[in-house]
Amino acid sequence: MLRYIGRRCFYMVPTLFAISLVAFAIIQLPPGDFLTAWVTRLESEGEQVDPAMLDGLRQRYGLGEPFYAQYTKWISGILFHGDFGESFEYGRSVSSLVLDRLPWSIGLTVFALLFTWIVAFPIGLYSAVRQYSFGDYLATTIGFLGLAIPNFMLALAMMYVAYSVFGLSTSGISPLTIGIAVVVLGTAGTAGMIRVLRANLLDELKKPYVVAARARGASEKTLVIKYPVRMALNPFVSTIGWVLPGLVGGEVIVAQVLNLPTTGPLLFSALRTQDMYLAGSIILIVSVLTVIGTLLSDILLAWLDPRVRLGYR
Amino acid sequence: MRPVQASDALLEIDGLTTHFFTREGTVRAVDGVSLTVPAGKTVCVVGESGCGKSVTARSVLGLVDEPGRVVAGEIWWRRDGQAPVDLARYGPKSEEMRRVRGGEISMVFQEPMASLSPMYTVGAQLVEAIRLHMPLDREQARERAADLLRRVGIPRPEERLDAYSFQLSGGMCQRVMIAIALAAGPALLIADEPTTALDVTTQARIIDLIHELQAETGMSVLFITHDLGVVAEIADEVVVMYLGTVVERGGVDEIFHDPKHPYTRALLGSIPRMGAGTGQRLATIRGNVPHPSDRPSGCPFHPRCGDAVAGLCDRSDPPDVRVGPGRTARCVLHENADLIGDDGQLGAEEVQR
Repeated sequence: MLRYIGRRCFYMVPTLFAISLVAFAIIQLPPGDFLTAWVTRLESEGEQVDPAMLDGLRQRYGLGEPFYAQYTKWISGILFHGDFGESFEYGRSVSSLVLDRLPWSIGLTVFALLFTWIVAFPIGLYSAVRQYSFGDYLATTIGFLGLAIPNFMLALAMMYVAYSVFGLSTSGISPLTIGIAVVVLGTAGTAGMIRVLRANLLDELKKPYVVAARARGASEKTLVIKYPVRMALNPFVSTIGWVLPGLVGGEVIVAQVLNLPTTGPLLFSALRTQDMYLAGSIILIVSVLTVIGTLLSDILLAWLDPRVRLGYR
Repeated sequence: MRPVQASDALLEIDGLTTHFFTREGTVRAVDGVSLTVPAGKTVCVVGESGCGKSVTARSVLGLVDEPGRVVAGEIWWRRDGQAPVDLARYGPKSEEMRRVRGGEISMVFQEPMASLSPMYTVGAQLVEAIRLHMPLDREQARERAADLLRRVGIPRPEERLDAYSFQLSGGMCQRVMIAIALAAGPALLIADEPTTALDVTTQARIIDLIHELQAETGMSVLFITHDLGVVAEIADEVVVMYLGTVVERGGVDEIFHDPKHPYTRALLGSIPRMGAGTGQRLATIRGNVPHPSDRPSGCPFHPRCGDAVAGLCDRSDPPDVRVGPGRTARCVLHENADLIGDDGQLGAEEVQR
């Protein structure tokens, strides 16, 4: 098990390196360097920039040096000092800006994922065990509706209901707003998850090991939970890998609509104002978190499934 | 309903009918099967693929998959010193049926690898079977599990308890399945083609193992197979099935040396023999087994039978004729003693249900 985790962590290194290169490339993408753009803007607003300070900044970011030298400066700043650079739009360090908002994003994502699991698991289980029953059809219909309705639409509808029926305001940080965001983000993945669990479980329920367990006298309830459900959990766990980026992406719109202080809207505005250090850093951090999420799901999978743990398959 | 006679039969299946209700129509997989398994004996059920032998076996324990259902018939199970019970009346999910499964009647399946869950060690699955039927704690159950593995010929059983099915060979997995089947000392072992998925040398060892265990424990074995070689080796009695019906029953020597039913004769005739004339075609039974949903009228075998009587075999169901002590053949050829020929001992006497 430890060897598996070690190997899996080792594989992460090249991925993380590639991600950092892409993030840095995005920072470098706009024509000219950002200092020039910044100075131009300040001057157009009639302000003067101290040339000494400009030189200091140039020095600090290694501007004018080749790509790899700038990259090295940037990445070592992050790795050794936690210094992601400066946001010129906000006039604060990127790290403090992101730290303000990242916990909200992570919290929202984790709760949305938990919501997805908690809702999808019993419904998927029921749909498979009682295939073609009324409940199965109902769950399937609602599931497809959930897939088809866009996130922001659902968010707007819930805000409307909360305001017009219950007279509650839904903007900014409040338990209600966060609850709505969790539900909206969660439902998007739920429908897909129900389908995945149902399909997997239907396959597993017909496997010979289920019949064999029945033949040795195990009761129907224990045997379904113990054998096929355990097998069908695998894809459930693997989904963390692909649900996470989706949640991070979906979060931008929902957070915008609900006015929540997460990284999504921050990234959005950073991209609009060409605040490239901020944008690149957020992309880097979110990507790294996704990679870590995938790692966690892999470790969880190995813990659940002896075939993965022991290197078979 | 026939009164239950006192006999030494441990299991007595009478008129078992299991149908599958599919969208394309009803498939009569098992259509009135009667057979008995005497205590301490091995009964082999032989027949081609799709003749209903596996479904018969599964019906006994109520393990028929949807959309199949036992629609008629009785399955009398006689426990030691207890009144016989009709297993066909137990619901497939009932408490009573669960006590019988694994406790009194155990089953071994065709695919040993797939019959063990890869998520749990074989020890865990063995201990589960033991604790379902015996009042043992975890430690005692584990000890018994190791004993069972040793008995089915698995070396270093204590270590093997912690192995997963995918770490073992097919033969080893089947030994584990047999150990699971023996967990609570059943009176009857149903082996549903337990060697089909294994290679030939392993097949022989597994069959020897079942044979030995039977001699040791005195349990009965209902062995489902399509391999007549296996039948000759282990059977005391043979039941030949064709398209969901029993066409012939009898002792193993009688069946092999004096087959009565044309199908049994054809089946035996199609065994390839060493040195039986080179350059000759292998004997086959002409035609194909019809799909069970498309069963011919009258005797199910008549379109492929060399002895079929036109106007009779394709019209009416053949009677189950007693052709000797403990022997029946379901064929009009034996309806009158005259038709049987020189074999004087066989008075044709019909068995009526």
